[in-house]
Amino acid sequence: MTFAVILVAIVVVSVLFHFLSPWQATPLASNWGSIDTTITITLVITGIFFVAIVLFMAYCVYKYKALPGRRSEYRPENKKLEWWLIGITTVAICALLAPGLIVYNDFVHVPPNAVEFEAVGEQWRWSYRLPGKDKTFGRTSVTRIDENNAFGIDPSDAAGQDDVLIAGNQMHVLINQPTKALLRSKDVLHDFYVPQFRAKMDLIPGQVTYFWFTPTVLGTFDILCAEYCGIGHYNMRGQVVVDDASSYQKWLSSQVTFADVLSGGTVEGLVDQGQRLASSRGCIACHSIDGGPSLGPGWLDLYGRQETLSDGSQVKVDGPYLIESVVDPAAKIVAGYPPVMVAYEMSDEQLDSLVAYIASLSSDPENSTSIQPSTEE
Amino acid sequence: MAYADDVENEELHEPTGFIWKYVWSQDHKVIAIQYSTTAILVGLVALVLSGMMRMQIGFPGSIDMDSTAYYQAMTMHGMIMVIYLLTAIFLGGFGNYLIPLMVGARDMVFPFVNMLSFWFYLVSVLVLLASFFVPGGPTGAGWTLYPPQAITAGTPGSEWGIILMLVSLIIFIIAATMGGLNYVTTVLQARTHGMTMFRMPLTVWGIFVATILALLAFPALFVSGVMMLLDQTIGTSFFMPDMMQFGSQLDYSGGSPILFQHLFWFFGHPEVYIVALPAFGLVSDLISIHARRSIFGYRMMVWAIVSIGVLSFVVWAHHMYVSGMNPYFGFFFATTTLVIAVPTALKVYNWLLTLWRGNIHLTVPMLYSLAFIVTFLVGGLTGLFLGNVVVDIPLSDTYFVVAHFHMVMGVAPILVVFGSIYHWYPKMTGRMLHDGIGKLHFWITFLGTYLIYFPMHYLGFLGMPRRYYAYEDYPFIPESAQSLNAFITVVAIVVGISQLLFLFNLAYSYFKGAPSGGNPWRATSLEWLTPETPPKHGNWGTSLPVVHRWAYDYGVPGAESDYVPQTTSPEEVPVHESDHDE
Repeated sequence: MTFAVILVAIVVVSVLFHFLSPWQATPLASNWGSIDTTITITLVITGIFFVAIVLFMAYCVYKYKALPGRRSEYRPENKKLEWWLIGITTVAICALLAPGLIVYNDFVHVPPNAVEFEAVGEQWRWSYRLPGKDKTFGRTSVTRIDENNAFGIDPSDAAGQDDVLIAGNQMHVLINQPTKALLRSKDVLHDFYVPQFRAKMDLIPGQVTYFWFTPTVLGTFDILCAEYCGIGHYNMRGQVVVDDASSYQKWLSSQVTFADVLSGGTVEGLVDQGQRLASSRGCIACHSIDGGPSLGPGWLDLYGRQETLSDGSQVKVDGPYLIESVVDPAAKIVAGYPPVMVAYEMSDEQLDSLVAYIASLSSDPENSTSIQPSTEE
Repeated sequence: MAYADDVENEELHEPTGFIWKYVWSQDHKVIAIQYSTTAILVGLVALVLSGMMRMQIGFPGSIDMDSTAYYQAMTMHGMIMVIYLLTAIFLGGFGNYLIPLMVGARDMVFPFVNMLSFWFYLVSVLVLLASFFVPGGPTGAGWTLYPPQAITAGTPGSEWGIILMLVSLIIFIIAATMGGLNYVTTVLQARTHGMTMFRMPLTVWGIFVATILALLAFPALFVSGVMMLLDQTIGTSFFMPDMMQFGSQLDYSGGSPILFQHLFWFFGHPEVYIVALPAFGLVSDLISIHARRSIFGYRMMVWAIVSIGVLSFVVWAHHMYVSGMNPYFGFFFATTTLVIAVPTALKVYNWLLTLWRGNIHLTVPMLYSLAFIVTFLVGGLTGLFLGNVVVDIPLSDTYFVVAHFHMVMGVAPILVVFGSIYHWYPKMTGRMLHDGIGKLHFWITFLGTYLIYFPMHYLGFLGMPRRYYAYEDYPFIPESAQSLNAFITVVAIVVGISQLLFLFNLAYSYFKGAPSGGNPWRATSLEWLTPETPPKHGNWGTSLPVVHRWAYDYGVPGAESDYVPQTTSPEEVPVHESDHDE
């Protein structure tokens, strides 16, 4: 009796939980309402089976509980009943599969009017590229990536010259415009996932993957990495901003093309060199520059600060300390951060530019005016 | 049967001395207990790791655990539970103990190889545990060990930890192969007089088919392990494309990361059934025995096991719907995956129909079996979400997946392990496990795991990605989700600690348990009919049992008792095999 009551209670509580739970899908912001519909269909059909089966079990446990002198029925088989059950199950399975495959057919067929953008993943940040006026991406290769060519675009490919490069973590897309995301990784597996868009897809080094969506709601949405990619996985953040036509154009016109970057050639100041270096060597994937959470110590207002190390001692953040932390990261670990950074090989000039850049992010005027190249210290 | 005749004419070479009896033992029963004990001990390590992870998720920062340690715990928890606990205990533990006894053999057909199988398994466990003590610690690559991140910086243990993990897996596969060849050969060749294939208990069928799957699937893991080991150590590029990391070019070129995923899941999906099929078999027997009713639809149950086994080899890419493989594969794999639900559902129906019009004894093994049905039902039904390709797309890599697979291949099989240990412990020791402790442990474990994993699905609907060390500053995740995570953690800790009840019961009952006699559950199958309990070396004394009927003669009309052992002759109680055989 107790067991039967508990089984019934499990059914009742589970169904109530489903309807009362505050944890439901995030509000939809793309065309993939049809995916939500397939989830609903699946919930209904599996829910019916769940309720029916557990209740039947409760009935059996209640009705056929052992009694002295009772014998079970001896009926090893009932072919007819079994085939009926197989038939009903098959029908239910088809009712799940058919709508699923119809929607999936939409998912794999990108509409011809879709515009393309490329998302590039690396540990642990995002950058983006648009094909530019010619609507064609330039050829890329990971072996071409260096400080002046973060996307690895082939400079001899004319199609690449007008490619628009977005080095930050934030991408803009146009509302109600079918959009195809081409996905590329520089290092390991990642996954481009915006919960409000429903769709997601992995990034694989060595190949280009894709999926498509139409954003339907204005606003800013988080891009999460949904494929485990190492210790910074949980912090590989990006954002996608859904714009109307005028703000999209405004944003687009402020972006640089690959040709701009190439002609930009040599960078003027030490600080600019450092900024470019920090971006190309991936420093800012783990060291935020805006005070946001990050895997390693953020760089905003870092220079000149007193930091507590994992052994309890104090250190003032200055040029020599920063340089040591780049070439031998394990030597001094700031308390509260995992000892995960790998050692980087850089020239003295590069190190100086990096220190200058980090110092420039410090608002304390005393510190930022006292920057001296490390070679003099 | 030729084997049986030969065996009866052979002399029994009973081992003498402690070492040969209990350490370097070739007796399948001792090997089974060695396997099970090792598996449970290493499983406890994995249980503690999961508690640490839950503390970090439920109460971030409450224990001193950085993201490196978190990912290492996550990886080791998953790998230990799937391979070193579940696979080992079902095949090496229950397979070893029950196959010879249930088919009426004196031992496995290759006892020496069987002994080697255990020792290789033990070495694989030691190598695995050694990775906690190497520089950099164990691998934190996730139990799927996907390259390139498994062997590149940025992942914990990418230097030594991953090497030990791969070596350990390779040794484990050698162990599983030696054991597996034994189980399959014993079932095919060493059945006693009258034990036809269609008279075998479903336990034997489940383990038999699971072992065939293991023999066919593990090689895929073996080769991918060797290939990754070469990528890591001598710089080949099987799975490594042109790539860079942290701003530097790596010296790899031309490999394919997705090739590893195909190989891994070609092993990994059958692996689910390597765990599930023995559980299906065991639970069928528990339900039939404790409901005192013949298993419903025996032949359908056998064909369901066989067809699930076959189909399990053509569904692997449902783990890869968003992996970037050719998206058109999705149509094929969604269809095969949903087709496999039909024989699986039939098994659930037949368990219920075995209860129907039965005479149900709510013993501890029965409680676990009924709990298994509920848990497996939820896990199976949520599998229909993830198998249906387009429904999987939003749910993939979220907590929905975590909840699903813990229900279907974590908790459900473990409930069967518990139920089976309660059921067969009397045969192994001659004593009953303590009933009250057993029931307390059962209720905490069953209701606790349901409270952990049922609500967890809804975090997946919400979109919370799995394998996240922390969830700070993601505006789409409401604060209430953190409350739910804290609740889940509290329940998980209670369930984790309550497992001590089980361990205590095992130890306590070994000395103080009520004597069980040879057949405390009044069961029909051969292992309950041994001349001694626990059975001696050679199992059957001077002559092998002779089988006249299937293993499910409960409630036979006209019989004096409500069960008829398989050895009872047709003259005593007529065989009703027209109902279920030929």
